[in-house]
Amino acid sequence: MGALANQLPIGLSIAAVLLLIALGLTFTFGQMGVINMAHGEFIMAGAYTAYLLQGFTSQSFLIALPVAFVVAGLMGLLLEWSLIRRFYGRPLDTLLLTWGVSLVLQQLARDIFGAPNVQVTAPGWLVGGVDVLGVRLPYNRMFIVVLAVLCVVGVWVYLTRLPAGRRMRAVVQNRELAGYSGIATGRVDRFTFLLGSGLAGVAGVALTLVGPVGPSLGTFYIVDAFLVVVAGGLGQLRGAVLAALALGFLNGYLEFWTDASLAKVLVFVVIIAFLQVRPQGMFVLKGRTLV
Amino acid sequence: MRPGTLSPRTLKRGLIALLLPALLATACVDEPGAGAGASGDDIKVGILHSLSGTMAISEVTVRDAELLAIEEINAKGGVLGKKLVPVTEDGASDWPTFAEKAQKLISQDKVATVFGGWTSASRKAMLPVFERNKALLWYPVQYEGLESSPYIFYTGATTNQQIVPALDYLAAQGKKKMFLVGSDYVFPRTANKIIKAYAAAKGIEVLGEEYTPLGHTEYSTLVNKIADAKPDAVFNTLNGDSNVAFFKQLRGSGITPQTTPVVSVSVAEEEVKGIGPENVAGHLVAWNYYQTTTTPANDAFVKAFKAKYGADKVTSDPMEAGYNAVYLWAAAVAKAGTVEVEAVKKAAGGISIEAPEGTTTIDGENQHVAKTARIGLVQADGQIKEVWSSPGPIKPDPYLKSYDWASGLS
Repeated sequence: MGALANQLPIGLSIAAVLLLIALGLTFTFGQMGVINMAHGEFIMAGAYTAYLLQGFTSQSFLIALPVAFVVAGLMGLLLEWSLIRRFYGRPLDTLLLTWGVSLVLQQLARDIFGAPNVQVTAPGWLVGGVDVLGVRLPYNRMFIVVLAVLCVVGVWVYLTRLPAGRRMRAVVQNRELAGYSGIATGRVDRFTFLLGSGLAGVAGVALTLVGPVGPSLGTFYIVDAFLVVVAGGLGQLRGAVLAALALGFLNGYLEFWTDASLAKVLVFVVIIAFLQVRPQGMFVLKGRTLV
Repeated sequence: MRPGTLSPRTLKRGLIALLLPALLATACVDEPGAGAGASGDDIKVGILHSLSGTMAISEVTVRDAELLAIEEINAKGGVLGKKLVPVTEDGASDWPTFAEKAQKLISQDKVATVFGGWTSASRKAMLPVFERNKALLWYPVQYEGLESSPYIFYTGATTNQQIVPALDYLAAQGKKKMFLVGSDYVFPRTANKIIKAYAAAKGIEVLGEEYTPLGHTEYSTLVNKIADAKPDAVFNTLNGDSNVAFFKQLRGSGITPQTTPVVSVSVAEEEVKGIGPENVAGHLVAWNYYQTTTTPANDAFVKAFKAKYGADKVTSDPMEAGYNAVYLWAAAVAKAGTVEVEAVKKAAGGISIEAPEGTTTIDGENQHVAKTARIGLVQADGQIKEVWSSPGPIKPDPYLKSYDWASGLS
């Protein structure tokens, strides 16, 4: 029974990881329609940022969060400016393009940092855990949950309360009309990409607490990230949150009752079945474009 | 918006671009592969490891060790008075690529022998290529046994030199309840079959057996299952990056090495570095060699490796087995007086060298190597301290014929 109760916080923490890796993708894929296979490599860039910064100060792990946002964000911006903006409206081409970019970035990481995994030492206050009512709560997983909540709140505030966020939504919902209204759509696109990639960088720092830090890091998370975005509905913040929670608990309990391989299969089956019923995902973006 | 369809012209171009390399590759394969390696003053040898993709993490270090051995042998005058010239190919963590590159090394480069492979999947993909071409492969990694190809020499441990001694060690420590964790492919599943047969015969209870896909990074549920089952020890056959996630997530769970040690058979010095020593310190590993192993040959090996590749580099069991493979082959060639494959095979039986791990001798019958088994304890500094070793080198027994409890396995 204790083990079954233990799965509750585990489901929540899996959901938090899923949400962190998918949050940035709701922007680049969900809002802009770019199938960004290099999203995983921006996560990797964030993780390596944490690796490079460690040892400078005692709080380097916390400092790494904003720094990784900037590093990965600038990489995303560069990618958008140099390549992706020439490919808008051609989702299949961006898929191939960004897949190529992801391979290049992986090999680059291998050449710079070496093929083996590197070690990011977790700060002391994130080591260990605490027992609450017989349920084990590891500190590192609690930290990831808190970080995911903060990121979601931040993104929500940005999208709904700030002028820049409103401009972004305007461009997504009707690009032409937004352009005619005086919004520099090109600049908004670049900024959306910066934001989405930057969030991937933040996820990368958090993932150093629970996962490997190596050149292939991104490949482990990219599929899950797309699953969350597709199941949640493209470009939908609440969709992403809900999908991450659903997939987190589904993963946690299915794996508890079966095993990891079968749970993965079952989760895919559930998602495929769900998309048969609701191909648009949990929530639909109400755009004003004539399709 | 551009339509997503392809114009016939682009399609044709794409097809040609796809087919051209394939055509070229077959053209090369069709060349008769008669000559074996030696031409003029050089002997070409192939090195075939994953230098990109998910296995590069491990295989690049083995390649480095093999190149070091070749360099050392050349510095001492080479083999049969000829210099060794390595031809390196990238298996790219993709098993068909391993087979393709093996064929290329044999028929196009005409190498005398190939050193390569890591995963059992890559070895199984290369095996038919080497048997068909009657060429030699030296495979440097511990594996699940139950194989003995006449064209492969296995310089890593087979099960009776690694897994069985580890089980003996746990049994001697009074561990009665075990939990098995592994990656979902041939090595862990076969290893666990052996472990379960052993457990059944020796009265050890197996509380759980769990597999996760390669590259899996979410271990909280599995750790919860282990915490719930309360085993005396965990036997870990996870491979690659998964180990990092597993140990990082195990540490927060309250399971400590004092209560529940994890015994790993695929975690060596290089992996400990990536996991973070603080996350794995106090747990056990089973190998035949550690960087701390005290032999004169190992002092020289570690020193030479650090001099060539950097002082922060570590040496590990598969690297040492790859390094040995080059020396064992060179010794067999010297004894045979030729690089011709059948002659080298015949000469190899009984060849013995003083390797970093101690005396290693080729078993002429199954082409494996007699090795000393060692159980190690991971230290906080990332090095591994030997806590037990077999009295001497253990004769390789890939089919476990000499163990009663294993009679139903192969």
